[in-house]
Amino acid sequence: MRTLKFLLQKEFRQIFRNKAILRIIFVMPLMQLLVLPWAADYEMKNIRLTIVDHDHSLGSQQLINKINSSGYFLLYAYSPSYQQAVTTLDQDQADIILEIPNGFERDMVKENETTTLIAVNAINGMKAGLGNAYLQSVIRDYNNQVRTEWIQPARFSPQKVIEVTASNWYNPLQNYKDFMVPGILVVLVTMVGSFLASLNIVKEKEIGTIEQINVTPVKKYHFILAKLLPFWVLGLFVLSLGLLIAWLFYGIVPVGNLVVLYVYAAVYLLAVLGLGLLLSTYSENQQQAMLLSFFLIMVFILMSGLYTSIESMPLWAQYLTKINPVSYFIQVIRIVILKGSSLADISQQLVITAGFALLLNAWAILNYKKRS
Amino acid sequence: MKNHSKNGKQKAKRSQQFYSLVKKEFFHIFRDPKTLIILLGMPVVQIIIFGFALTNEVKNSRMGVLDQAQDASTQALISQIDASQYFEITRYLNSYSEIEQEFRTGTIKLALVLPQNFDADLQHFNKAQAQLIADASDPNVANTLINYASAIILDFQERITANSSLPYTIHTETRMLYNPQLQGAYSFVPGVMAMVLMLVCTMMTAITIVREKELGTMEILLVSPVKPLKIIIAKAVPYLLLSMLNIASILLLSVFVLQVPINGSLLLLSAASILFTITSLSLGLLISTATDSQQTAMFISLTGLFLPTVMLSGFMFPIENMPLPLQVISNLVPAKWFYDIVKAVMIKGAGWQVIWQETLVLTGMTIVFMGLSIKNFKIRLS
Repeated sequence: MRTLKFLLQKEFRQIFRNKAILRIIFVMPLMQLLVLPWAADYEMKNIRLTIVDHDHSLGSQQLINKINSSGYFLLYAYSPSYQQAVTTLDQDQADIILEIPNGFERDMVKENETTTLIAVNAINGMKAGLGNAYLQSVIRDYNNQVRTEWIQPARFSPQKVIEVTASNWYNPLQNYKDFMVPGILVVLVTMVGSFLASLNIVKEKEIGTIEQINVTPVKKYHFILAKLLPFWVLGLFVLSLGLLIAWLFYGIVPVGNLVVLYVYAAVYLLAVLGLGLLLSTYSENQQQAMLLSFFLIMVFILMSGLYTSIESMPLWAQYLTKINPVSYFIQVIRIVILKGSSLADISQQLVITAGFALLLNAWAILNYKKRS
Repeated sequence: MKNHSKNGKQKAKRSQQFYSLVKKEFFHIFRDPKTLIILLGMPVVQIIIFGFALTNEVKNSRMGVLDQAQDASTQALISQIDASQYFEITRYLNSYSEIEQEFRTGTIKLALVLPQNFDADLQHFNKAQAQLIADASDPNVANTLINYASAIILDFQERITANSSLPYTIHTETRMLYNPQLQGAYSFVPGVMAMVLMLVCTMMTAITIVREKELGTMEILLVSPVKPLKIIIAKAVPYLLLSMLNIASILLLSVFVLQVPINGSLLLLSAASILFTITSLSLGLLISTATDSQQTAMFISLTGLFLPTVMLSGFMFPIENMPLPLQVISNLVPAKWFYDIVKAVMIKGAGWQVIWQETLVLTGMTIVFMGLSIKNFKIRLS
């Protein structure tokens, strides 16, 4: 036990001696937590529109006014022809073209129907789908308005109508930050934990001091524990700081119990540190350790469901998320903070993460022994 | 005349110097095959995984139905929703509290509630109610699902009134330009290209100079008569060649494995990609000259660049929706400019005249990064 104490003292001193990296460990993640969640708003507000109005009638003017006042669209330009309008899409100045045909109003009155053309930049399918849906709904609204104005009020609506109401649970104000901030926090905790742990041991390897430790009577598990514990503490500290920021700057107060979150995070960090440890036993220098952990962490983070939903992924990718510790923490932090899940609700994730922690650390220790 | 030949000799000597420096850096890289394999293999694996798996499309979302009517109309509506590719009806619920239960465990993301007299209302009053309840802990998905579900319901509504044609109808015809099949890969592959190239290239050079500092070999370089600019460029050249291999493998994978076509000029796309890797390599050099340990350098290049690149380059979240200060900050992210170039050239088939501004910005960034690296390097020299 005394050995462990001295080793821990040594490790902590080494960490605190390096002021530059210490500052980076705290300042950089927290800065990002303050800045990046603002980027994650997917609500469509400023869809840029180019209009080709061949009709120049009262009707087409009314439709355009309706679109302008809907709040979703920014009128980029009027274009004399469809061809010219397409160049505004080509050059990324506009997102959608609405072409109102010649005789728009006349056809509507005489033929009872007319057709407008919508052309969408569809490189981003989701954005295109939403933009198109919004524009169509504005046109439909205008259409209904025309009918009520022009038709003699009938006894009842000639059209069968299903009125759809929508409600949003857990996040009724649709605050995207409530969803993103906890997720980003998980990423930061993960990066700090895994990168630092993987670099730390391999650094001793690279400069040769690990040989010195290997010839002392220090037990392997003492050595490993002494390497893990400081970063475990640092990781929990970053998490606490992040939660504090989430509360102070974003007003996010967990619906669930903080104890549940910390119990899970404590186990999770062991898993992540175990991963770092494992990678450092496999690498010969800091560059290798860094590249390997970067590679894995990047895959873990982008496939964790933080940005894109897991159920939209192909099946093989969904299986991949089952062996991805980050995806479990993302789930846990979101449901605990937003839905108030209890320890029982997250027991499955907790057990699996504990399994990762055991497996990765055991593997690392076995591999470490082999090499010394 | 004599002077002239002396100059020539010196010139030859200098280029000899540069050549041997580059050779030395190459030896460094080839001596460590493990790193080399990681550097070349990493982009390949990442492009494949991310290219296939990342998508903003919403497909097969699990949905629950609380059908209090259970009549012909509601059944028809439900089966129409189930038949669409967006939804999969996985739960038939009996009460509102069951909806909550399903949301809590995350088994469904959206619930449709149809009231008891749905069919009767529709037949007699021409008006019926339907309620959509979304798990809005993810507002993005919630919004999209509500939009899609509403559109399907509207479709259903139009179908049942198809016979009684309505007066004054404005039809809409939609054309999806550039990506008629609405494939997710068309927006994600260019983004993944920008992200992977940027991070891998920056990391490659981020530790090159600081490692020499840490190992003490830097002193030797500093006392040699070689100019700082040459030392720095010699460090970057081998990595530039490695990056070109990475560009080639990424482009091949995009076209042949991920099926994203190159509609514009391959030459232009390659040239832009090389410019972008040079930008990233110089950013790595800048980090390397500005830090004093490998740990710091790597920590900055990963933790500092990863999230901003993903979130501010425009491929995950549209930049035009961001608050103004963030739109300004996003201009500092090199990947943003490259993402625009790739989208324009690769997918829209655009030419030089569309991307010259982005190219200019990347060139400017490269010059700034390089200049700052040399400045940092000189400070150490004195």
